[in-house]
Amino acid sequence: MKPQPQKLPSIASPKASDPASINDLRVRHLRWMILARALDDRMCKLKAQNLVPGSVFTGRGQEAFSAAGGMLLRPGDVFAPLIRDQAGRLAFGETIIDVVRTCMGKRTSSMRGRDGNIHRGNIDLGLLPMISHLGAMVSVVVGMLMARRFQGKLVGNDLCVGMASIGDGGMNAGALHEAVNAAAVEKLPMVLLVANNQVAYSTFNDRTYACKDLVDRAAGYGFNGQSCDGTDAAACLAAIGDAVARARRGEGPQMVVATLLRLAGHGLHDPADYITPELKSRFGDCIQLDSNTLKIQGVLSEQDIERLWEDARTLISAAVEQAQTEPDPDPGQETWNAYAEPDLKKVRT
Amino acid sequence: MTIAYLEAIRLALGESLDEDPRVFLYGQDIAGAFGGAFKVTKGIAERHQDRVLNSPISEDAMAGIAIGAALEGMRPVIEFQFADFATIAFNQFVNHAATIHWRTGRSCPFVARLPVGGTPGGGPFHSQMPESWLSHHPGLVVVAPATVADAYFMLKDAIACLDPVMFCEHKYLYYHLKADFDKTRAEHLPLGAAAIRRGGGDCTIISYSGMVHEALRAAEILSRDHDLDCEVIDLRCLRPLDTETILNSVARTGRVVVATESWPFGGVAAEVLALVSSEGFSHLDAPPRRLCALDTPIPFHPDLFAAHHPDAERIADVVLETMAF
Repeated sequence: MKPQPQKLPSIASPKASDPASINDLRVRHLRWMILARALDDRMCKLKAQNLVPGSVFTGRGQEAFSAAGGMLLRPGDVFAPLIRDQAGRLAFGETIIDVVRTCMGKRTSSMRGRDGNIHRGNIDLGLLPMISHLGAMVSVVVGMLMARRFQGKLVGNDLCVGMASIGDGGMNAGALHEAVNAAAVEKLPMVLLVANNQVAYSTFNDRTYACKDLVDRAAGYGFNGQSCDGTDAAACLAAIGDAVARARRGEGPQMVVATLLRLAGHGLHDPADYITPELKSRFGDCIQLDSNTLKIQGVLSEQDIERLWEDARTLISAAVEQAQTEPDPDPGQETWNAYAEPDLKKVRT
Repeated sequence: MTIAYLEAIRLALGESLDEDPRVFLYGQDIAGAFGGAFKVTKGIAERHQDRVLNSPISEDAMAGIAIGAALEGMRPVIEFQFADFATIAFNQFVNHAATIHWRTGRSCPFVARLPVGGTPGGGPFHSQMPESWLSHHPGLVVVAPATVADAYFMLKDAIACLDPVMFCEHKYLYYHLKADFDKTRAEHLPLGAAAIRRGGGDCTIISYSGMVHEALRAAEILSRDHDLDCEVIDLRCLRPLDTETILNSVARTGRVVVATESWPFGGVAAEVLALVSSEGFSHLDAPPRRLCALDTPIPFHPDLFAAHHPDAERIADVVLETMAF
């Protein structure tokens, strides 16, 4: 059963090619951020109700950066998200119902209960189903872009883009280093989003890297690098927008490093009491900050913002209601077969 | 025409590039006139410059790139300089490539060419056999051709296979094994089938890769010196195993010796013995035996190396012990 591309209901596609004003773009950005936060909140509640196997991993505090990445991509691009990318996934085209189904392990989900939570994806949409090993998805994006070049699809000055997410922890994985270097050698239109959320599970940056700033590595790899304040929605849109535009124009691989703070534990099981009040006081909540800014600038009213939350919760409740009626996987119906070839004894050219 | 095992691999690669625009080769030092550490891609790299690409020394990325390209409809063939370095790609193979079909329903067709096995002086890091740890993981196909014809046909079949194929090619056989080869007349078994290289009713000797040739030599010795008629099975495909051919043979002979160049613990030989013991127990006239490499890292000095893995004489000795049971 192939995962089928599905349309997200109600919220207009942010990838439409209409010449949206900056304000429209920013409102759509906030909608994705709010939808992701509300969905993360609901998944936590479902976990408390014992309706979700495993843990729940949220993107709390990283929505502005993640949503900007997802919404600045378009159909035909590739996105390899990580565990904090609920917002980017939704903005790129993941459906709410598949998030709910996959987290509940439903047979109807894209992973059919064989895998769950943040490992979901839809390869047909270009949304890669991550494995847990940090850095591993980046070379897969490189391979997909190389394939498109072999197929003659990487020509002109409006290229498709491969985007991959990583964090301050994953930046130190060997796989990441190999993949990023290969992307640069091949001069591919790749955008690496680095969410520096200060802490790899419970280990702070002073024990994970020793360079002054992660963006300094961009030049070392042969990437164009830029930084942004990951709590500032407009700054995220501007930095990623510029990086994506450069990649599309054929300027090669781009790295965008956002400084922000993970506003939750590693997963729902983690109280994150290692995050000190002092550290917390240095970072705002991107959704609150953006809501305030849009109100002050007169783009949205308090009521408008409240409606965004209400709309998000309504969509999510409908998806949860639907998923709850759907079947769990049945061990008796499973094929228990890991191979695509039905019979190796018949493979003969 | 007489060709070497390595030339059969080169022929299969060249034809695959000629015939199928989805095929590309990616690996260290394989491009241009240099043509790879063992010269497998020499000649074809110059003919297909756009689809024979050098990679950085980045085995994890090589495997990840193969996965990504396969998902986009290509048929990547990645070359590892030595199978020993596939440990660096272990994660992409077993956690990523092997799980994609199960998790998503999509196939992930690529071939990883792994030069395996020992040569005198190769030492601990240029001699290993990776098939046991690769075949442990459901989702990977693991093959190990032992003949010139299989080197050609199995590589072409591996490229056609919808699953990720770990293609273990024995580097001692590269230039040492030569045979008459005519692809229109040579035997071409399906990828997942074992081959009976020599028929016999007294004892089944099961092997694969380079050790098949020692098993055949052992059968010759046993025939000449002891009037014993041994059946020699070349497993060819280690994952999945052709259990039918193994059990049918043991049903005929009642005795089995498995000979491999690999370490004994948790290996393919252990798997074959488990199969024979649990599903062929009623056929057995003697305890099934295995003969593997010694349980240490692979030694450097040619004399130590020669003593480290089985040879025909030692296989013949174990068969005689089995016959005497």
